[in-house]
Amino acid sequence: MSGAGIPRLRLAGISRRYGDIQANDGIDLTIMPGQVHALLGENGSGKSTLSRIICGITRPDAGGIEWDGRAVSFANAAAARELGIGMVFQHFALFESLTVAENIQLALPRAAGGGALTQRIEEVSRRYGLPLDPRQQVATLSAGERQRVEIVRCLLGAPRLLVLDEPTSVLSPAAIQSLFETLRQLAGEGVSILFISHKLDEVRALCGHATVLRAGRVTGEADPRTTSSAELLRMMLGEDPATCLLTPREPGAAVFELRGFSLPADDPFGTSLRDIDLRLHAGEILGLAGISGNGQRELVAALSGERRGGSGSLRIVGEECAQLPVAARRALGFALVPEERLGRGAVPAMSLADNTLLTGARHGLAKAGFVDSAATRERARGIIERWGVRGGGPTALAAQLSGGNLQKFIVGREVGLSPRVLVVAQPTWGVDAGAAQQIRQRLLDLRDAGGGVLVISEDLDELFQVSDRIAVINHGRISAAQPAAATSLQGLGELMSAGTFTRG
Amino acid sequence: MALTLIACFAALQMPPLHALYAIFIQPLASAYGLGEWLLKATPLMLCGLGLSLGFRANVWNIGAEGQLTMGAIAGGGVALYIAPGLGPWGMPAMLLAGMAGGMLWAAIPALLRTRFHTSEILTSLMLVYVAQLLLAWLMVGRWQDPQGFNFPQSRAFDEALILPLLADGQRATVALYGALALAVAAWIFIRHSFAGYTMLVAGMAPAAARYAGFSESRSIWWGMLIGGATAGLAGIAEIAGPIGRLQPSISPGYGFAAIIVAFVGRLHPLGVVLAALLMSLLYLGGEAAQLELGLPAAVTGVFQGLLLFYLLAADHFAGLRLVRRPARAIA
Repeated sequence: MSGAGIPRLRLAGISRRYGDIQANDGIDLTIMPGQVHALLGENGSGKSTLSRIICGITRPDAGGIEWDGRAVSFANAAAARELGIGMVFQHFALFESLTVAENIQLALPRAAGGGALTQRIEEVSRRYGLPLDPRQQVATLSAGERQRVEIVRCLLGAPRLLVLDEPTSVLSPAAIQSLFETLRQLAGEGVSILFISHKLDEVRALCGHATVLRAGRVTGEADPRTTSSAELLRMMLGEDPATCLLTPREPGAAVFELRGFSLPADDPFGTSLRDIDLRLHAGEILGLAGISGNGQRELVAALSGERRGGSGSLRIVGEECAQLPVAARRALGFALVPEERLGRGAVPAMSLADNTLLTGARHGLAKAGFVDSAATRERARGIIERWGVRGGGPTALAAQLSGGNLQKFIVGREVGLSPRVLVVAQPTWGVDAGAAQQIRQRLLDLRDAGGGVLVISEDLDELFQVSDRIAVINHGRISAAQPAAATSLQGLGELMSAGTFTRG
Repeated sequence: MALTLIACFAALQMPPLHALYAIFIQPLASAYGLGEWLLKATPLMLCGLGLSLGFRANVWNIGAEGQLTMGAIAGGGVALYIAPGLGPWGMPAMLLAGMAGGMLWAAIPALLRTRFHTSEILTSLMLVYVAQLLLAWLMVGRWQDPQGFNFPQSRAFDEALILPLLADGQRATVALYGALALAVAAWIFIRHSFAGYTMLVAGMAPAAARYAGFSESRSIWWGMLIGGATAGLAGIAEIAGPIGRLQPSISPGYGFAAIIVAFVGRLHPLGVVLAALLMSLLYLGGEAAQLELGLPAAVTGVFQGLLLFYLLAADHFAGLRLVRRPARAIA
């Protein structure tokens, strides 16, 4: 089906920049009619940005789009829909209190409501094997059924290109199979499909062509059915990473220890933690690799106490902690740099001095119920000077700082508390190279001073640079941690993208 | 806002400047008028200060009117039946009982919110009517003055339990000093206390409050109880002042107007004091408008509504700018 004919969609040199981050950098992509095309890549590799550009939600800074051989540019999502581009989002935007038909009617620009629509929905759902009752209320539907609503909604617009963003992340294995049947049928009728995923086994089962992204660039094109996993992973994850730079050292006592720890997910898009065994020692950096959405968020909340409970054992410096609140865990010497910097790690509308107080109150900044303003300002100024935080001193609002500078401030604040356990999630996301190196060095300093550090990151190069040992989180389970020097990139990559996880 | 009012008066075929003078200047032209102004500002200040502390923490106590009523009932009960036997301790006991009554009424929504995640907006509002009906029931039942010719009101309080006046020839009481002292205390609480800081964080960024380990339920309890205490104090100060006895209607909606006062005062203690003075003037102006200009009583509500409306509109537009953007379509 390739070679001859006019491509349905051709992207040439698409670029898009967000602040300091080049999300898409000169991307070329060609999709033929009736082709099932995979867009492969790690989180943060630019897949979502590219799909938003294709659907007209985001505009590219540079580059051209051709549709059926004709140059086009989309003013908005409606214009893209007009041409026949349909998108099924990873998270559904449905109104719970309305019925299936009402939800679909709302999304169609000028649809006739009532019986005619109900009939068309039934027709489409029968034809493509998507069982759906138009009169049912969305609140009562499972995640798989909700996705069907989204797909039917797209199909009613008679799309010629269907974009699906991580469509299988919320589906059961049986639902995945039936989704694939539907997609194959659509492709047989000439609809092009762009299937965005980071799961190799699924891409291999469905797609005849794959474009691989890494750090905003196309790093390879391949036929996933005939290309080896190792080759695809190399395109996704990059060349051999920097080798481990750490001098091995004797680990100290355990500063936190999870044994047989499980915690059910608290929202439908969350991941349950299952039977986790994980131990972090004093004077050690433990790297946790994994594609985001595999339980990292839940693990951080369970460790910090932002979510309490769970079964099994969770000890911090020897104390059983599963039921203790955040404050009690921090009193034991726990500190956290969360993934969300604004709104969780810092209060956007407060000054850096006031943000120092956020976790510093227990460390001498509040006495007898009153805030020591002078000491707070002094502490903030110290962090700003030591870490070279640019953006206006202790009175500057957190929201005014760039992402990298705010991250330096938050890491500096938490490291400055001399914690016995520091958990850092995505330490260098959106941080420029110099600052990233500085942050990693400070984590190493803390390790050398005897603190235990858990670094959760998707950047494998980074994990190899700073970790003594590395473990992998996948589907809410964590593999046995291996010394970084004895871990191969391929081994990690396969653990990270495995469909079903077996414990090693 | 002034322009809107002028337009309104013009539409009603009244000389606008004369109307504005009658409403906003004339009421303050006498010592008695000044006293009335401060008298009405006092409960607005008390309620507004307490509410603003809660609002900063995203605790939406809409029921200050009910807490004010309960403060009056509890304080009034003490004044009628217990305080006369306590000698010099009668007055403090009565005031404390008023605060306790307001806190008790505020504790109900706080408990429901922290235990069952009930919206405090609804529960506190609904409890307003419970409190008002309770008061009305007492006034025609147990607490009714036996020598009162069957009027629905209690006995008059002892002379010793009536708050002293600020000056002769007017009706404002020393409760004003209490409100001003409370404003200073609230300012210290916000600026310097750690509890005030944690409440502010809880209001601005709930995820950050959880991250730092600040208890959400403590923030809710503090926010509700402070609001309840000040509203209760406003209630007892009102009936131990010019009224001097319990009666079915003790407040022209001070507890609700205080919500506007808190926001017009930008949730800052000094701002609340000034906003309470402004709102009090609107009450007086509304009365003057009825007497002088023959406008209906609803005019006070119109003034209040206009004030809040323009404040919110100004807030909204201060952060926005109209930008012309060239339309681009499919090439």
